[in-house]
Amino acid sequence: MRASRHAAPASLPIGSDADLAWVRQQVRQAAAELGFGLVQQTKLVTAASELARNTLVHGGGGHVEITPLDSGPAPGLRLAFVDAGPGIRDLDRAMTDGYTSGGGLGLGLSGAKRLVQEFEVDTRPGEGTTVTVTAWATVVPPARPGP
Amino acid sequence: MQVSVSVSEENAEQEPPAQQVSAFLERRREQVAQRWADAALFRTVFTVSRDEAVEAGRSVAAALAAVAAAGRLDDIRAPGFEAVRDQLGRMAASRGRMGIDTDGLADEVAALREPVTDLLRAEFPDPNAPEAQECVLALTVLMGTLRLVVLETTVSAGEEVIARQREQLHEVATPVIKLWESTVAVPLIGTLDSARSQTVMESLLDAIVAERARYAILDITGVPTVDSLVAQHLMKTVAAARLMGAECIVSGIRPAIAQTIVQLGIDLGTVLTRASLADALAYALSRQGVEIAPLRTDSAGVR
Repeated sequence: MRASRHAAPASLPIGSDADLAWVRQQVRQAAAELGFGLVQQTKLVTAASELARNTLVHGGGGHVEITPLDSGPAPGLRLAFVDAGPGIRDLDRAMTDGYTSGGGLGLGLSGAKRLVQEFEVDTRPGEGTTVTVTAWATVVPPARPGP
Repeated sequence: MQVSVSVSEENAEQEPPAQQVSAFLERRREQVAQRWADAALFRTVFTVSRDEAVEAGRSVAAALAAVAAAGRLDDIRAPGFEAVRDQLGRMAASRGRMGIDTDGLADEVAALREPVTDLLRAEFPDPNAPEAQECVLALTVLMGTLRLVVLETTVSAGEEVIARQREQLHEVATPVIKLWESTVAVPLIGTLDSARSQTVMESLLDAIVAERARYAILDITGVPTVDSLVAQHLMKTVAAARLMGAECIVSGIRPAIAQTIVQLGIDLGTVLTRASLADALAYALSRQGVEIAPLRTDSAGVR
């Protein structure tokens, strides 16, 4: 099933509320094509929605790069949200549940992190922020250390 | 306008190419229209009679002549185009209905250039003379502008449709339904952005007053994504309804959404939720002392 298709990365602008809806749709479609289950699709789309809104509200707009990863053992989807905004001054605080600078619930970054398998923030004050998340279609539960 | 072109005369006073093109289009309007009537664009739009196609071709040629006479060969806003803008728009729309996309339409308009440039070349004793070349170039520019005008009419027509549909969507998106005495429901469908959730809240609160509702059901079966902003909108709506004396029930939370909400860390503990709209209605009814029970068949028909 895999490896027959090599999907190219796509870049979508994030500049308005309408763009957010488009990003959600495209992420959902890309995830479905890679064989993500419904729950995983929903989680990834929700994470994308949170991060794209951060890009729009806090970063002043930017773009998202959607990269299908179909060379590994399981297909995955990498999303990179890029903005050239003011950056995140206190990343630890921004990652705390309930902390908000935009009047929201304060769950955008921290919640999105819990919804994906890999999560990375690269932020530079005054230069911008790139949040990269990756989700894999089939989650192999990590071996739990014995009690 | 009095335009006399006698290009064959050796020492004729040369007019600007645009004026020559204009004069040519006026003089040869009939031939141009006849040629165009056989081109795909006109032939396929005016299927009833060829005369119609020729007539349409005449008016386009006349418009082009007017634009050239004004010397605005590359101006898509030239007043000369106004006379045919509607007609071109209708022709483009007609091609669109036949399944021709913008690319195809662009090609069909481009195909109008060759017949008319051929006619123009034939006007000159030496088609390779610099004057002839200049005129052909001017006509080519003009035909390129026509192509832009046609495409622009299709784009603006599309924008109108989109704007109209957006309006319609906003209107139909938030119906408040009375399910029972003092019970209203809003089936939410699609993306719940800030503007829409504001509309939802307003129409729900209005309905609570109008129907004297004690119970308000927000059904999110049709909402594909519940992120923290959507959840926040829901909670605000629930809180506002509570202030109006109505109890709010959020229904239609699908399994995938439920798991996502939990992992996202949203606390909907203060919100009364039910899996389906039916469960929510049953709850609202039971709170009002109304019970839905199957008819007892033995007593049916006695009274």
